[in-house]
Amino acid sequence: MSAPARVITLHIDDREVGAHTDQTILDVARENGIFIPTLCHLKGLTPIGACRICLVEVAGFNKLLPACATKVTDGMRVVTHSERLDRYRRRVVEFLFASGNHVCSVCVSNNNCELQSMAQLTGMTHLTMPYRYPRLRVDASHERFVQDDNRCILCQRCVRVCDEIEGAHTWDVMGRGIEARVITDLNEPWGESSTCTSCGKCVHVCPTGALSIKGTAAAEMKKKTHFLAQYWTLKEDRS
Amino acid sequence: MNKVRLATVWLDGCSGCHMSFLDMDERILQIAPKIDLVYSPLVDHKEFPENVDVTIVEGAVSSEEDLEKIKKIRSRTKLIVALGDCAVTSNVPGMRNPMGTKAVLERAYLENAQENRHIPNQVIPPLLKTSRPVHDVVKVDVFVPGCPPNADTIFYVLNELLEGREPDLGHLKFG
Repeated sequence: MSAPARVITLHIDDREVGAHTDQTILDVARENGIFIPTLCHLKGLTPIGACRICLVEVAGFNKLLPACATKVTDGMRVVTHSERLDRYRRRVVEFLFASGNHVCSVCVSNNNCELQSMAQLTGMTHLTMPYRYPRLRVDASHERFVQDDNRCILCQRCVRVCDEIEGAHTWDVMGRGIEARVITDLNEPWGESSTCTSCGKCVHVCPTGALSIKGTAAAEMKKKTHFLAQYWTLKEDRS
Repeated sequence: MNKVRLATVWLDGCSGCHMSFLDMDERILQIAPKIDLVYSPLVDHKEFPENVDVTIVEGAVSSEEDLEKIKKIRSRTKLIVALGDCAVTSNVPGMRNPMGTKAVLERAYLENAQENRHIPNQVIPPLLKTSRPVHDVVKVDVFVPGCPPNADTIFYVLNELLEGREPDLGHLKFG
């Protein structure tokens, strides 16, 4: 049993706010109506700080810290928006676009994609680095779903929802760095997975068109993540 | 007042951006008195002229011909606008890039051809190894993402440029 959370105060963008020590910077910011952009984060899943979109400046730290995975401390001074942060966030979005093959116009998630929205939000109108054009796999072996690695940003929401909520742990990550891919079971075709329950939670938490319902055409895929609400309200009730 | 010498070019794209341009409808009449359309698929000039003020580029740079054209255009234009996702990101033309030109040509002209199966080596310009965004090849001054950018956006961009202002386009989306 961990020590009970203490009540503390900290500064976010020069505003004094109250918080509990078990909260993250992102939790406290949201509670106080302060917007910090996120991409890999999804309320109800364990934060992992994978995408680096939510990086913030914290006084006394040389490096930027992910707001979703950093707990608040007493007297902390946080800056959520600055010219430097804007630049880094835009650069993160650029890296994501450059590393895969994200063709919004023909994607199932066009107009409903969190990566596409993030490009808009950060004002990323073009890439300042070359595209990689990697040759990536499309796995359509599952009866109802399709996995398209071209559109994957490795946020690992699928891995987390499958493990933490569904309890199947069908998804995991294989390889390192730029070669990393999400896989089903031991890199076997999704359709042949012995652990997948075909619940579809992974498809709906996926922020892009990387996981989609088979048969959807361009711009037809709309994700529904409301099911997560029952899990986090349950968690909050318990605490 | 001197008219702005405007050109529009169509590289590797579907012409949707030019259609969206025409979708400005009667607003074209507001723009017309301020411009001289010196080169465009919409008018009948054969050679890209000298001293162009603004060139709007639709499409990615996919062939040796596109490359030659865009280099000439850059050397003769003050301000280049990359219009639409193909020009800005290489978009659909760029979907061949992971596969390579050989696979794409074989698919189109051999595997899927009903008759006269051969890969063309005349008339059609040779493909570049990859289809590239315009700014990968020459300097681009204004980026207008969208597939296609809508007529309101194009009207706004043109108006701002004609008034000597830099359009604010950070809110536009791909796709």
